[in-house]
Amino acid sequence: MTRKGRRLTLIGAALAIIAFAAALALYALSDSIVFFYGPTEVLQKNPTPGTRLRIGGLVKAGSLVKTEDQKAAFTITDNANNVAVTYQGLLPDLFREGQGVVAEGVLEAPGRFHADTVLAKHDERYMPREVVDALKKQGRWQEGEAKP
Amino acid sequence: MIVEIGHYALTLALALALVQAIVPLWGTLRGDEGLASVGQSCALGQFVAIALSFGALVQAHLASDFSVLNVAENSHSAVPTIYKISGVWGNHEGSMLLWVLILAFFGALVAGLGRGLPLILRANVLAVQGFISAAFLAFILLTSNPFARLSPAPFEGRDLNPVLQDLGLAIHPPLLYLGYVGFSIVFSFAAAALIEGRIDAAWARFVRPFALVAWCFLTLGIAMGSYWAYYTLGWGGFWFWDPVENASLMPWLAGTAFVHSVAVMEKRDALKVWTIFLAILAFSFSLLGTFLVRSGVLTSVHAFASDPSRGVFILAILALFIGGALALFAWRAPMLKRGGLFAPISREGALVLNNLLLTTTCAGVLIGTLYPLALEQLTGEKITVGAPFFNMTCGVLLLMLCVVVPFGQSLAWKRGDLLGVAQRLSVAAAIGLCIFIALFATLRGGPVLAPIAAGLAIYIILGSLSEIAARVWRRGASLGVLFSRARGLPLSAWGSALAHIGVGVTLLGLAATAFGAETIASMRVGEPQNVGPYQVTFQSVASRPGPNYSEVVAKADIRSGGTIVASVEPAKRFFSARQTSTTQAGIATLWFGQLYISIGDQTGDGAVAARLYWKPLVTFIWLGACLMAFGGALSLADRRLRIGAPAPARSGSPAIAAR
Repeated sequence: MTRKGRRLTLIGAALAIIAFAAALALYALSDSIVFFYGPTEVLQKNPTPGTRLRIGGLVKAGSLVKTEDQKAAFTITDNANNVAVTYQGLLPDLFREGQGVVAEGVLEAPGRFHADTVLAKHDERYMPREVVDALKKQGRWQEGEAKP
Repeated sequence: MIVEIGHYALTLALALALVQAIVPLWGTLRGDEGLASVGQSCALGQFVAIALSFGALVQAHLASDFSVLNVAENSHSAVPTIYKISGVWGNHEGSMLLWVLILAFFGALVAGLGRGLPLILRANVLAVQGFISAAFLAFILLTSNPFARLSPAPFEGRDLNPVLQDLGLAIHPPLLYLGYVGFSIVFSFAAAALIEGRIDAAWARFVRPFALVAWCFLTLGIAMGSYWAYYTLGWGGFWFWDPVENASLMPWLAGTAFVHSVAVMEKRDALKVWTIFLAILAFSFSLLGTFLVRSGVLTSVHAFASDPSRGVFILAILALFIGGALALFAWRAPMLKRGGLFAPISREGALVLNNLLLTTTCAGVLIGTLYPLALEQLTGEKITVGAPFFNMTCGVLLLMLCVVVPFGQSLAWKRGDLLGVAQRLSVAAAIGLCIFIALFATLRGGPVLAPIAAGLAIYIILGSLSEIAARVWRRGASLGVLFSRARGLPLSAWGSALAHIGVGVTLLGLAATAFGAETIASMRVGEPQNVGPYQVTFQSVASRPGPNYSEVVAKADIRSGGTIVASVEPAKRFFSARQTSTTQAGIATLWFGQLYISIGDQTGDGAVAARLYWKPLVTFIWLGACLMAFGGALSLADRRLRIGAPAPARSGSPAIAAR
């Protein structure tokens, strides 16, 4: 094979792999993107029930109810609107009422959400950025304010 | 006083780094040997200064000197000594100091051990290393001074984050940084080659040991981090496709590609420009990782509490080095003479395919990590790209790579015999296929990726073994002869076979996750609960005080068919200094699988919530990584690869000048 032929083989193989990877990535992207909304956005955008979402905000004080078979129900709020969340499993160590939380799961009906993953902030100085932004959007958070 | 000495030593190190960056470069331009060799003493001096500075911070932490802000915020007088030391790098400032300490260590290694290096190459490498060092020292001194004082000093510290009070913190970051920062040397070598405008097989021989060291440590660091997350987060996950994990995976993928392509360059004098490009890429991804963790642009369990000025500073460093290196590459690379022809079907060809697949995987990870950021900047929509995306893209590409691995090992250099190799691998492939079919049948309706991965894993392991066997085995040879033939094989052959077996072992562990069992239950003392092939019974649930926490401990017996095979003590710890709790999973290793128990809150009626997992072969995931690193270390020990070892007689021109 000539030098040119070899180079062409190489470039051909590279293009084929890159094209395959790009197709794979596009297909996977269209399938596995999850949007992040605050409670107000959930109401405004009103996604169809069954959509996979991540919802962030504060755990409303006094809203946590734990039942027997490891089920928990609580409310995520941005102090303007609320979303009722149900979850089965162990809540994370840092899950507290009145503090930031991100829940990932499926919207069952408008304002009702079933989470399969619950993430809480992992130290008292750190707050999930999405939660801060969601609260800022609602004007519930001023820059420099002591974090709730 | 000691703290001030540490601060001063750090400033001194910055001055030395600046001298190291500028003077040798000037010396090589002027052709002045004296100036060109200034870099060595600067690099050694810089390492001593930073070590002194690091020692001062460790001392402040050990003495619980709460007049130092860093100690007051991240330590507590009641913390056990080991966590006082590891707490030094459990925060942003201290971990940056560890970062530059390792950077200076590698610089000192080049200065001290690189006697066999050509003078100009060594001067240029040290100069580039000096630039990197200076940038990060300036970053520390200007935005994240670990020696800042606090007045008045508090009586007690705020305690180390409880999640970090673990042996994992003592091991994981140093290993990871040795890997991350080790690629800086590879980067410096690449930049030096571009500055000088010449590159040859000797360059590859010099840079390969450094690349292997960095790669081994990065492999171990990632595996350790994964195991730490697995046992500490309480739900048995070991990889989350978290942006920061991705940030460590990207340099690993690029570094793995580099380790392979540099072998081609050393043996066959081919793929030079590509190898240089990979060297730049690997360190660029290390820098990107540093930026992602410390700028606060991403939500991640690894994110440090951060302020924006740091992000901007690191972004500037990132732009300077990646942009500068790529510009240098664009300008100089066309001048590098190409060499080393090979047929598409050859070991070189297989390694090119390996490189293509690894870099496209790397690109896939990059897209998945940065796409949400880009989309948010452009449209304001917040999204996450979850595990399905990465499993789909990276999973498929890496499985394709796994098909190629045994072929690459068995093909000859320059022109290979595909049919012969296929024949040799047919047994391994057939056994792998049988395993796939058997598992697919038992897992009917389950994920198809797991049986495929298991089959491929067996195929890789057997394929790698058969490669060694083929090189050792001779018909009719006695056992003694075979043994001496095995000993006669170069260590690097054993190393690569072992590393590839490690890939197979890890893959097998990953595939086995599909065959596990999981239960969430309310456990009462004395009531057995089935999980997988085992029964778990809680014997007692009681409170117990610890040195700086109190914990609720459950004593659990694990039975198999009535006999107790293991006892574990899962616990939930409460740290009063920070008002937070952590989960201590109870893990019993049974053969290579693990039974994993983590407990939650006690409910009113005396029951305790618990997650129980049976994870067959799960330890293979990390054992495989250890095998990979061990294989890398074996290759490193190969005499032929040592710096300063006499080069094997080579036909043709040893060095190709570009100009």
